[in-house]
Amino acid sequence: MGAGIFSRLKAGLAKTKERFIGSLEDVLSFHQQISPELYEELEEVLVSADVGIDTATLLIEKLQERVKKEKPQSTAGIMEYLKEIIIEILSVPPPAALKEAPLAILVVGVNGVGKTTSIAKLADFYQQEGKSGLLVAGDTFRAGAIDQLKVWGERLQIDVIHHQEGADPGAVVFDGMAAANARRTDVVIIDTAGRLHTKVNLMSELKKVHRIVHQNLGSRNLVNLLVLDATTGQNALAQAKTFQEAVGVDGIILTKLDGTAKGGITLAISAQLGLPLVWVGVGEGLGDLRPFVAEEFVEALFS
Amino acid sequence: MLFSNLSERLQDTLRRLRGKGRLTEKDVDEALREVKLALLEADVNFKVVRIFINRVKERAVGQDVVRSLTPGQMVVKIVHEELTRLMGEKAEKLAVSAQPPTVVLIVGLQGAGKTSTVGKLGGLLKKEGRRPLLVAADIYRPAAIRQLQILGEKAGLPVYSAEGKNPVEIAVGAVARARETNRDYVLIDTAGRLHINEELMGELEEIRQAVNPDEILLVVDAMTGQDAVNVAQSFHEQLALTGLILTKLDSDTRGGAALSIREATGQPIKFVGVGEKMENIEVFHPERLASRILGMGDILSFIEKVESSIKEDQALEMMKRIQKDQFTLEDFLGQLRQMKKLGPLDQLLSMLPGIKPQQLKGVQIDEKEMKHIEAIIQSMTPQERREPQIINASRRRRIARGSGVSVQEVNRLLNQFEQSKKMMKQLANLGKGGLKPRFPF
Repeated sequence: MGAGIFSRLKAGLAKTKERFIGSLEDVLSFHQQISPELYEELEEVLVSADVGIDTATLLIEKLQERVKKEKPQSTAGIMEYLKEIIIEILSVPPPAALKEAPLAILVVGVNGVGKTTSIAKLADFYQQEGKSGLLVAGDTFRAGAIDQLKVWGERLQIDVIHHQEGADPGAVVFDGMAAANARRTDVVIIDTAGRLHTKVNLMSELKKVHRIVHQNLGSRNLVNLLVLDATTGQNALAQAKTFQEAVGVDGIILTKLDGTAKGGITLAISAQLGLPLVWVGVGEGLGDLRPFVAEEFVEALFS
Repeated sequence: MLFSNLSERLQDTLRRLRGKGRLTEKDVDEALREVKLALLEADVNFKVVRIFINRVKERAVGQDVVRSLTPGQMVVKIVHEELTRLMGEKAEKLAVSAQPPTVVLIVGLQGAGKTSTVGKLGGLLKKEGRRPLLVAADIYRPAAIRQLQILGEKAGLPVYSAEGKNPVEIAVGAVARARETNRDYVLIDTAGRLHINEELMGELEEIRQAVNPDEILLVVDAMTGQDAVNVAQSFHEQLALTGLILTKLDSDTRGGAALSIREATGQPIKFVGVGEKMENIEVFHPERLASRILGMGDILSFIEKVESSIKEDQALEMMKRIQKDQFTLEDFLGQLRQMKKLGPLDQLLSMLPGIKPQQLKGVQIDEKEMKHIEAIIQSMTPQERREPQIINASRRRRIARGSGVSVQEVNRLLNQFEQSKKMMKQLANLGKGGLKPRFPF
């Protein structure tokens, strides 16, 4: 990754930064002394970034420990501490299998988070790396979902395995895996219907789809990626937990970071569930899905 | 985790607040600290929380505590009233233009559920005897037009789209088409866009100027976090929204975003999306969502039930009768009916202060049996109800026939009645010493 990615990520995060760390900076420059009010305000700023009360409390506690131990002279040093604490939490290594073709990627998430668009961007990423790809239209429920993936397939010139709307998603996925294996495709990416994690029957359907993928992997690695919308609040944690329990989540794609939302809930997800952020979506263009790097991410937030 | 069981923690705090009379500042502060956490956890924007808490505090300090509520419960009651008031109190209808068609512009971020909502709203209007035209003005997302066409087919509604035209032209063309074909509502689906994307926000402004909509509705995902305020504010500033639609309420989100967007725009929430099926759209009930955001369903229903159906004087009267051994099957029936009004017994028990949810694990009260008991008592003569000792074998058979149960069941009831009478008398006498009578059951 060159400097290009860094600046692009930074540009995408510019607005995020303004509201998130910008205000942290405000807090830190306002308070010259380390005081309970300072911690309280810091906690508030973290909560306002969707970090959540639990995780905000955890971060502040860690910060207080550091301060107690190292006794910094000014509040300026606190910024560095907080940065390091956040980086540490976010530094969960991404699944190694993502780099090893042949590979199957199962993309899951609730409705409207940007699964299909993320799949197109992922396919583009692997294509740029010179890998062959195949898309599987596993969302047979939402009106127009198959067409949406087909349009992307045409644009990227990548084949899309699909049935018609209302078909059994398990059957499409079976065909998709068979095709990928027969063609020795490097990376097969499977779209699934958006489903609220609270719908028990839809979660069982997902388990079945997952099982079929798993049974037909051949020599492939399987990576399950959960797509989360950066504008989502505390519910994202519940989503991550439930999808994790249902099919196992190997990593997170965080979309829509080009808005003003902070996506702070991913901090809670990494802290509490130990799940790695793998990709971040910072724009509508195909190139706007970026590999997540904790240092860059936090650096972009603070700079 | 610290707040892993927020609701349990909250209940503990509220229980600790005891005492009667007026709400003191200390009572209010202590309870509101918990309320604040509950609201933040529900994704209400932290600035909105701050404003809200201050407002409630002003109102609450010095208020009389309703009898049979603790100060903590009283604060929650005030919070809930204020929340409901803030959310708009009553359901708001869709505008109707004096000169049809009524033009409704649907806007929002990507993935909020605009296209599905347009389909559902069309279906709802059709059910009300209206003739909506759906308009596919999202020319950016691949297959968005196709999606609306499919939804239109399902709902049996026409869908207007125009290849090669820009969204402004499509909107104008659609309104003209609606006039020609005598459609009375035009529902325009627009592309999802970021509120900070000047170019695309400008496009919406152009549509607005071109077709002068009667309603501009912002569709917001109920799971949205703190950013909901920024989104709603930007859309409102640029387009002058007339209402909001909250989607994906069938998730387990507490939906605090609703309060944020309401506070940020002052516009009413008109509809909520509650599922993936076409008919899963409902008018908005502020009170229901207020309870959900607050997340204190049990305390709230307890307060409500205390207010609506239990009169303390009645309970006292009953107590006296029990103590004097005058408790009859008629009283028993009266109590049963009150119980029924209160809802499932185990739920009611779990609401009582001092009873922890875990104590009730395994307690199952059979509602069906309650019905039988009612039928049995109703099959008795007034005299039998007052003097159960006169109920002999032949009377038992008659009562059993009359209520459609077996004689054994009648026997069981009579035994149970005698036993509970004894037990209640003991309890009541125990209570004489100053223990406040609550529910004799």
